Amino acid sequence: MLGLNARDLQILLLVAILTMFAPFFLNPFPVDSSLAQFNAGYPDLMQRFVIFGIFAIGFNILFGLTGYLSFGHAAFLGAGSYAAIWMMKLLTMNIIPAITLSIIVAGLFSLAVGYISLRRSGIYFSILTLAFAQMSYSLAYSVLTPITGGETGLQPKSNDPRILDGALEPGEQARASLFGMEMSSSYELVVSGWVFTFNVGYYVAAFLMLVSFYASIRIFRSPFGLMLRAVKSNQNRLGYTGVSARPYNLAAFVISGMYAGLAGGLMVAMDTQAGAERMFWTASGEVVLMTILGGAGTLIGPVLGAGMIKYMENIISKINQSVLESWFAWAPDFLQDFIVAVIYPFVGKGWHLTLGLMFMLVVIFLPGGLMQGIGKIGALFSRKKPNDRDSVAGSTPAAAE
Amino acid sequence: MEAIVLQVLNGLDKGSAYALIALGLTLIFGTLGVVNFAHGALFMIGAFCAVTLSKLLTVSHIVIDETKTDFLGNPAKVEVPYLYDVFGQATGDVIIDWAVPISILVAIPVMMAIGVAMERGLIKHFYKRPHADQILVTFGLAIVLQEIIKYFYGANPIPTPAPEVFAGSFDFGTLLGFDPNLVIYPYWRLVYFAFAAVVIGGVFSFLQFTTFGMVVRAGMQDRETVGLLGINIDKRFTIMFGLAAAVAGIAGVMYTPINSPNYHMGMDFLVLSFVVVVVGGMGSLGGAVLAGFLLGILESFASMGQVLEVLPGINQVILYVVAIVILLTRPRGLMGRPGVMED
Amino acid sequence: MSIQDITDDAGEDRGFKRGTPNTVFHIDDVHKSFAGLHALSDVDLSVHEGETHAIIGPNGAGKSTLLNVCVGRLKPDRGAVVFDGHVLTGKTPYEINQVGVARVFQTPEVFPDLTVLENVMVPGLSKKHGHFKFSPFSSFRKESALQDEAEHVLKSVGLQAQLTDNASSMSRGDKRRLELAMGLIQKPRLLLLDEPTAGMARHDTNATIDLLKQIKEGGMTKVIIEHDMHVVFSLADRISVLAGGRIIAQGTPEEIKNDPRVKEAYLGDEEV
Repeated sequence: MLGLNARDLQILLLVAILTMFAPFFLNPFPVDSSLAQFNAGYPDLMQRFVIFGIFAIGFNILFGLTGYLSFGHAAFLGAGSYAAIWMMKLLTMNIIPAITLSIIVAGLFSLAVGYISLRRSGIYFSILTLAFAQMSYSLAYSVLTPITGGETGLQPKSNDPRILDGALEPGEQARASLFGMEMSSSYELVVSGWVFTFNVGYYVAAFLMLVSFYASIRIFRSPFGLMLRAVKSNQNRLGYTGVSARPYNLAAFVISGMYAGLAGGLMVAMDTQAGAERMFWTASGEVVLMTILGGAGTLIGPVLGAGMIKYMENIISKINQSVLESWFAWAPDFLQDFIVAVIYPFVGKGWHLTLGLMFMLVVIFLPGGLMQGIGKIGALFSRKKPNDRDSVAGSTPAAAE
Repeated sequence: MEAIVLQVLNGLDKGSAYALIALGLTLIFGTLGVVNFAHGALFMIGAFCAVTLSKLLTVSHIVIDETKTDFLGNPAKVEVPYLYDVFGQATGDVIIDWAVPISILVAIPVMMAIGVAMERGLIKHFYKRPHADQILVTFGLAIVLQEIIKYFYGANPIPTPAPEVFAGSFDFGTLLGFDPNLVIYPYWRLVYFAFAAVVIGGVFSFLQFTTFGMVVRAGMQDRETVGLLGINIDKRFTIMFGLAAAVAGIAGVMYTPINSPNYHMGMDFLVLSFVVVVVGGMGSLGGAVLAGFLLGILESFASMGQVLEVLPGINQVILYVVAIVILLTRPRGLMGRPGVMED
Repeated sequence: MSIQDITDDAGEDRGFKRGTPNTVFHIDDVHKSFAGLHALSDVDLSVHEGETHAIIGPNGAGKSTLLNVCVGRLKPDRGAVVFDGHVLTGKTPYEINQVGVARVFQTPEVFPDLTVLENVMVPGLSKKHGHFKFSPFSSFRKESALQDEAEHVLKSVGLQAQLTDNASSMSRGDKRRLELAMGLIQKPRLLLLDEPTAGMARHDTNATIDLLKQIKEGGMTKVIIEHDMHVVFSLADRISVLAGGRIIAQGTPEEIKNDPRVKEAYLGDEEV
């Protein structure tokens, strides 16, 4: 079905179920319970899960398949954001033109950057992309202020033209919508102690993530994807088999740039603002972290990595000293103080430390990311070969049919 | 004319920092073949060595000063640094005043130790892994290091002044025969430049004139052959890593009066230092130093009002533009050897 | 389908007929020096359509350099390499391959992270679709014919049992056979083989010779660089001897065997 084999279809269905029922899965604790702060089922966070998922899926098409490590993908996300916000200011608050243009702009931008950067490989490629992204960031902050809004960024204003929408009522705010459905509107389902929130914006983004994920499966399993994996495996040899690697790399670069643009456009659709900080190189680093953490080159890993990092950012960073103290209130005082003192640096404001450590551990011990870890654990419990997991290495065109 | 002199001078201090960081990056890359994204963090840790020492030197205990009274008329409580008890007030004040330069003495062993620990504990396991993995693990390490610093020192910049003698500026222009007040230059920046020149000179003579340095240079050219001669090159390379860390560290120490250190200063410098390394030529020590100064000066010229009128914003991007042009037209950089990472 | 069928196409395409020698591959006055050292000087070589031409010579004679010049890895200082009217000198490796020249590497340069079957699919797809085809969403279903062919070629080199193994886990000898399969799937009009049996056990060497002989029947033009004289004399129609960067002798195996210059060049080096 859908041009996928049974395994891939299972993966797609699994992701579809997880995203569609995420408001339930992510809110397992009743609102009044002490664990309610671990609930992640609120619209803002769920939107970020899927949007960064799209970003990471796209990045994985470049890095996971070809092995080219770009440190500048946030620039494409930022360009997409600016494109989207301008559509909202000039044309309409409907998100379709905004998102379409953000994909196109990011695609063209990545075509230009990729065309130049891909003339070099290895570390030089990484530094070139880094240089381009930092340049875009600096320009967006300074000279391009008329287009980017500089430090303040861009938001829809009441006096924007918005040709298709017509003038706003006095006091009315411009809200992003899809044919009248506002992105920010939600339906809340209350079941005894539990509250589940179903947000329009989340479902729009989740639907687009599923489409993106499906497209990425198709790319992974296509002859085109095989060529990209061959680039990673032995680019030099590829030339002697009559394949020109550069257009393949460029195609992968542009596709991943378009994914980044889609993510950037969706961010604007959710929060209707765009700023230069989205282009900063640490933002590029973040998507690298997500992809590696989950498992570069695997289908589902980047989504997993994006979800984990965004969950940690939002949930772990909320754990403060008093929360910790309340958790360990059962312990004797000296023990409680000790435990709190040990854990405290890693939570709350220190969550980046946890992230950095986790990332290092993954790179050192699990170069295949969490997916490799899952594979290893799975191998312990079954007789399946470890390379039978959801990974590129284990897939074959023979298995595809 | 004086404008040109001023811009060259302005470029020197930033150029010195670029050159010192790039020198360390190149030493590590040239010897160990490792791309170290945590090098900026070492610079930052060096800066915090200075912060720590100036804090430690002023650790005080409270004594009651009978000669003064507070606003309630009670005898005033005065904080007295322990240092006064040891050296007396006059010497103590001098030491506190000179905390930043004194920190170099502390920073060298500390940074050496951190460098060696880093190499033995982590980097050594990544020699055979792809460059992408090296970038990633050192990137992770950089995050960890800066978060640790943030945990202990907070997120705000901590002003750390230079010794009082160097606090002011002097009129450099009059030395060159210009009218007064045209070329004003802070003393400390001049000190920083002189310091950088000494460190760079020291590293080069160490490599040039000692047997140890000779072996290391030979190892940079051809690691395997040197290994075949029965020389334990790995041990020497470990020490070079420590040295590179120390160079980055003391560069950070001395930079604190110019820019109050904060936990992400390393990352800010790192990106530009990589640009410097690439422009200078991957693996070329001379190239790294030359490019460091050139780019520092170029950056300060690009910030001139007259230039910005013609090309607005050029100061923000000039280094990246130079790096991109160099990478595309002359991949081995200004002074790189052919064949080093030239794919 | 047998290996015969695979290679038949190549022969028929070119209207190959036995007995009418027709120079299809020509190395014309090629010079190459490294830092003043002449690796190749005045190398002239003509290869007839359909023949198996062996290039032999003592170590350091310039054989590998010559092969690298042919496939675009090295650029000669002077002279040209021409294949069927296409000047190969100055072309990139992939352009040379697209003209119909495939190379089998001496040290196996397979794709270690791909499966054996995928390793063969890559050159197969490149033969079918050219140097680049943008079809990110196409499916392998459309390539089932090619896949059958790949499996067939792998069977002919004896790797049918390892289709889904990762190439990195193969033995060196198996990698050599995989290399060969990667060359054969393309049905190249000219196959350049760099010591195709080096590192193989005797039994495998004989199998490879048989395989190459079969292809010979099919009419594919081949240039073999080889140390093993057993292989050379089993396969070659003509032999060129390279020594000190120059072609010192050329002729049929019989002629070469009896050539005093050749004996001199090899003296103390290898038995001829």
